[in-house]
Amino acid sequence: MTKIADIQAIDPFEAALGVSDVKGRSPWEDAWHRLLKNRAAVYSAFIMAFIILLVVFGPMLISWESDFTDWDYTSTPPSFASGHWFGTDSVGRDILVRTLEGGRISLMVGLVATIVSLLIGVSYGAIAGYFGGVADRVMMRVVDIIYALPFMFFVILLMVVFGRHIVLIFVAIGAINWLDMARIVRGQTLSLKNAEFIVAAKACGVGDWDIIRRHIIPNLLGLVMVYVTLIIPQVILIESFLSFLGLGVQEPMSSWGALVADGAQDMESAPWTLIVPSVFLTVTLYCFNFIGDGLRDALDPKDRL
Amino acid sequence: MARHSLQRLLGLIPTLLMLITVAFLLMRVAPGGPFDSDKLLPPDIEANLNAKYHLDESLPQQYFRYLGQVAVLDFGPSIQYKDWTVRELIAQGIPVSSTIGLAAMLLAFVLGTTLGITAALKQNTRADYLLMGVGMLGISIPNFVIAPILILLLAVYAGWLPAGGWDWGIASMVLPVVTLSLPVTAYIARLTRASMIEVMHSNFIRSARAKGLPESLIIRRHALRPALLPVISFLGPATAAMISGSVVIERIFSIPGLGSYFVQGALNRDYTLVMGVVIFYGVAIIVLNFLVDLVYAWLNPRVRYDQNR
Amino acid sequence: MNPLRHPLLLSVLALLLSACGNDDGRTTPGRDRHPKPVDLMITDYGRPDPSVLAAEQELHRDNGDEPQTLDPHLAEGFPAAHILRDLFEGLTAEAPNGRIIPGAAIRWNISRDGKTYTFYLRRDALWSNGDPVTAEDFVYGLRRSANPATASAYAQVLLPIANAAEVLAGDLPPEELGVTALDEFTLQINMRDPTPYFLAVLNHSSTYPVHRASEEEFGPAFSRPGNLVSNGAYVLDGWAIRSRIDLVKNENYWDAENVIIEKVHYYPFEDQSTALKRFRRGRLHWTSEVPVNQFMWLMRHYPEELVISPWLGAYFFGFNLEREPFIENPELRLALALTLDRDLLTEKVTQFGELPSYNLVPPGITDYVSPLPEWAEWTQQERNAEAQRLYAEAGYSEDNPLTIEIRYTNGKNNKKMALAAASLWKQVLGVQATLLNEEYKVFLQNRERRILTQVFQAGWISDYADAYSFLNLFRSGHGSNFYGYSNDMYDSLLDEIAAERIPSRRRRLMFEAERLLLEDMPFIPVYSYVTKRMVNPRLKGWESNVMDHHYSKHMFFLKAASEAYQLRRAAEKLQKEQQEDNDAAATGAGAGEQTPLSEGENIPPAEQTETSGDPDQAASALPEGEAEPQPDDESAGSSGL
Repeated sequence: MTKIADIQAIDPFEAALGVSDVKGRSPWEDAWHRLLKNRAAVYSAFIMAFIILLVVFGPMLISWESDFTDWDYTSTPPSFASGHWFGTDSVGRDILVRTLEGGRISLMVGLVATIVSLLIGVSYGAIAGYFGGVADRVMMRVVDIIYALPFMFFVILLMVVFGRHIVLIFVAIGAINWLDMARIVRGQTLSLKNAEFIVAAKACGVGDWDIIRRHIIPNLLGLVMVYVTLIIPQVILIESFLSFLGLGVQEPMSSWGALVADGAQDMESAPWTLIVPSVFLTVTLYCFNFIGDGLRDALDPKDRL
Repeated sequence: MARHSLQRLLGLIPTLLMLITVAFLLMRVAPGGPFDSDKLLPPDIEANLNAKYHLDESLPQQYFRYLGQVAVLDFGPSIQYKDWTVRELIAQGIPVSSTIGLAAMLLAFVLGTTLGITAALKQNTRADYLLMGVGMLGISIPNFVIAPILILLLAVYAGWLPAGGWDWGIASMVLPVVTLSLPVTAYIARLTRASMIEVMHSNFIRSARAKGLPESLIIRRHALRPALLPVISFLGPATAAMISGSVVIERIFSIPGLGSYFVQGALNRDYTLVMGVVIFYGVAIIVLNFLVDLVYAWLNPRVRYDQNR
Repeated sequence: MNPLRHPLLLSVLALLLSACGNDDGRTTPGRDRHPKPVDLMITDYGRPDPSVLAAEQELHRDNGDEPQTLDPHLAEGFPAAHILRDLFEGLTAEAPNGRIIPGAAIRWNISRDGKTYTFYLRRDALWSNGDPVTAEDFVYGLRRSANPATASAYAQVLLPIANAAEVLAGDLPPEELGVTALDEFTLQINMRDPTPYFLAVLNHSSTYPVHRASEEEFGPAFSRPGNLVSNGAYVLDGWAIRSRIDLVKNENYWDAENVIIEKVHYYPFEDQSTALKRFRRGRLHWTSEVPVNQFMWLMRHYPEELVISPWLGAYFFGFNLEREPFIENPELRLALALTLDRDLLTEKVTQFGELPSYNLVPPGITDYVSPLPEWAEWTQQERNAEAQRLYAEAGYSEDNPLTIEIRYTNGKNNKKMALAAASLWKQVLGVQATLLNEEYKVFLQNRERRILTQVFQAGWISDYADAYSFLNLFRSGHGSNFYGYSNDMYDSLLDEIAAERIPSRRRRLMFEAERLLLEDMPFIPVYSYVTKRMVNPRLKGWESNVMDHHYSKHMFFLKAASEAYQLRRAAEKLQKEQQEDNDAAATGAGAGEQTPLSEGENIPPAEQTETSGDPDQAASALPEGEAEPQPDDESAGSSGL
């Protein structure tokens, strides 16, 4: 399938990680300096940190409870007089608090689903790539098969079957997103396993599992980090699609996706219910993408030219 | 190569079998049945309905009955849309979905690569930042926000385009196609930019420059093909993205494509319809991935299948 | 490349900004796509005068969803019912206001015991292919509908007919159904029970006739365009699945000369905002719903188009009486019921003028008025105080709060109502309520099984205007009794109602049953439904009715006022040129043209309710009457043309 393509896409990383570094100054230091030079990435990191702080501590600073329905102010536009600085929704709940608390869910969905997909993807890909041969062929065949399943449809089916428990959303999304990761990691491992230091380790009699654990996986870290920053926004978006289809998180909890989906229904009559969560969602996705780009550039010396 | 193609096509069968089995099980495990509704049916009537769709048989019986039907391309009657068979429904949905999907893919490819190349050639200038920044909007704002905004602006306010619905007119396709293509355009643009930059810094381009070839010729002759390779390999996942995106787009624009059949079918427990759509999409994704690989091999002479297997 | 996207971005921002500040109805884009109509003139025969009718009589209706089938006997759900009412005609039919009138039967006799109905069919009624509609067609239709092989989901409405239950269960052949053709145009139906609402049932699609020859020829495909032979005002002309269904006028319909709309197009817009946008774009004349949160906005921008009217449906919450804490605990149930401030809920949450409800059967059924519980007269403070007392009496307090789960399913107002109820219970009593939004089919299953549920969303929209249809939901052992309610006295009252044929006595029994139900409180009444939709102001002829049945054959389009004005101006100009010397004659002609228009005030009151009555009614439901219809609509309406 597209494995060839993946390997191709990974060339830069190979150069950066697998082959270039065996000895000498830490490439991580180099990468760090390069990252700091990328202004977009640095700003994004600061903004992201700010958003995370806001999302974690913000709701404590606001006097409204996220599930408090203020009957005197239903669907009111932003105003200082009402105390709802960013307006209220159709049952009088404060949009800002809901957006911040929704952010917790969205970021958590992103993070946990990504971790799930990492755990499965990295170990699966590393094992397939390292052992090669029949094991590799069978394992990648399985990936190919799963790849052909219409992914969104299965998420929908899973939500229908198991109800919409929030943990399930994490697991369902993560369980499907590991495929890309597995392929990329496998490709990377394939090229790593013939590197001198691995061959040397083998010659010294280090066991297969130790090699995977101590040598292969650490060398995949840079690649994995880049992908994490790219997968998180993807997952947040997928969650928002599910919310749009009415299969997202459970009230009174919310997520950015769910809030945006609600707000999009009333974009003319109550634009603030769309704009406030959209800004958070969009800025966050932007930041992750910029940070991801920055990381990739930093870890890829070719791009310095 | 031919042998490989044959292998790939034969590989379709176990994939499909697994697809059918998983979807079949998931649908039957899902709580509720196709005939549950707000107004409860008397048991006699429900028994009549179950008998009509063979839902009174045991699960393995139903499963093998279904496999037998699929083998002769009979997907049975739709439970929800009682006047139509699943095959008729899918046959009506395919042209719609594939028109939108292919048009969006084409648009995304052309626009995405153009944007990406432009940005790459002006790397780190303001134009580059602007293009990529705006392009990222496509990935950062969900379809279901962009679509209603476009409808409001271009259909309701300006009155240039219809506000949803489907009549096979070009006008009714514009907005769905554009919205569907946006995220993919953005991805392709980023991908193209990255690979273009890489190619432009590679040794063979440098030597071409050293030979004094004009820049436009270098780009066209030498840089374009290798720069597009990652884009081609992205087309597989892009198809999948389009399919999931189309579920949303079809709903917002009220388009009678396959994606909305699936969602409706799953929610209404229309077992036969869901299975039909899943099978169709499974086949479509496999075939498209295969085609993408062929194109890739054609573009990149270094790649031969036997090397990688 | 970038200018292509850049202005788009700017315009998006501009839109969002302008949307924040734009509160003026006059500047609503698309407002001018709905020109004001001329005044309606009625001929001596009660039909609209041809001079006020628009040249184009083509109706675009939003149907809310794709019909599952156009086979009248398999159909269920509103989308199919709307189309089938246009395509077919039952023994009875409806006037625009929902009153039952003769349909395919021109008159009928009901025996004294209420168990034998004899129908005399119209001799001039024809199928769309020219065949006469005979009693045999109805016999065939009813038998087909009851036949287990047909597997009709809605055949239960036939149950009052003699032997229907046995036929449906497969114990008797369909031929044994109590329906016989006495001669070519006389039909007799024998009943198991006297069923006062039976004439309304005969307007339901399950009782429609089918054209035997075509049904036998085409089998399951007989309901496709080209195959379907129908006896109503319209014929099926095209069906692009999930995008459009086209009907054209049936020239063979017995009343075809009074059918004005020539073509009807039904669209299955599931997303109400899509339908609304298309309506605003001027490409839809009738929507099935409007988005739930936009009442204020619609009243401000489209006061003329927004039509709201009571619907024969009740929205309530149910208790599962088979699960703690609601077993044998009517005080606690009453406490929860008292706390829901229905005025607040209808005013702030549902917003569209839904009527607060304190009992089961919604208003709108002729000859029946529901009992009201005592507390319906109290103020909300009194109710809250009583609720708090009952709550404490039931052993709950701040330290020991009641914890319950509220189950609801997707869609419309359900989420908002569940949130609001949970919030009110928390604010007044301190109840800890957990919300559980379940996917539709899961919800239905849980509700039916009564194992997991505690408090759940429920509702009922009746297929015919009869209180019994609501009361029967609480019969012990009834399939829709999700409450586990079982009261022998109530059941025996229901039995008496079913057997009773004297209207006044039946009414009293129903009143008694509902009163009993309200004492036991297996449910919390909340509000009764309204229908809410956008209708093009030029579309007339229909009337609001509690059944929400609207036949295209009653409708027609009026000319736009501006169009009529221009025509008149042109005519005047022509006349002036011809009679330049005679000033008096010219003004006379102008006045002569105008008089019929002012006669529009003579239209029957029923016609007026739909134009002015409904928006007014909706406005009165508003707090402080904030959004009174904008007087400048008129200018906006004509300036756009």
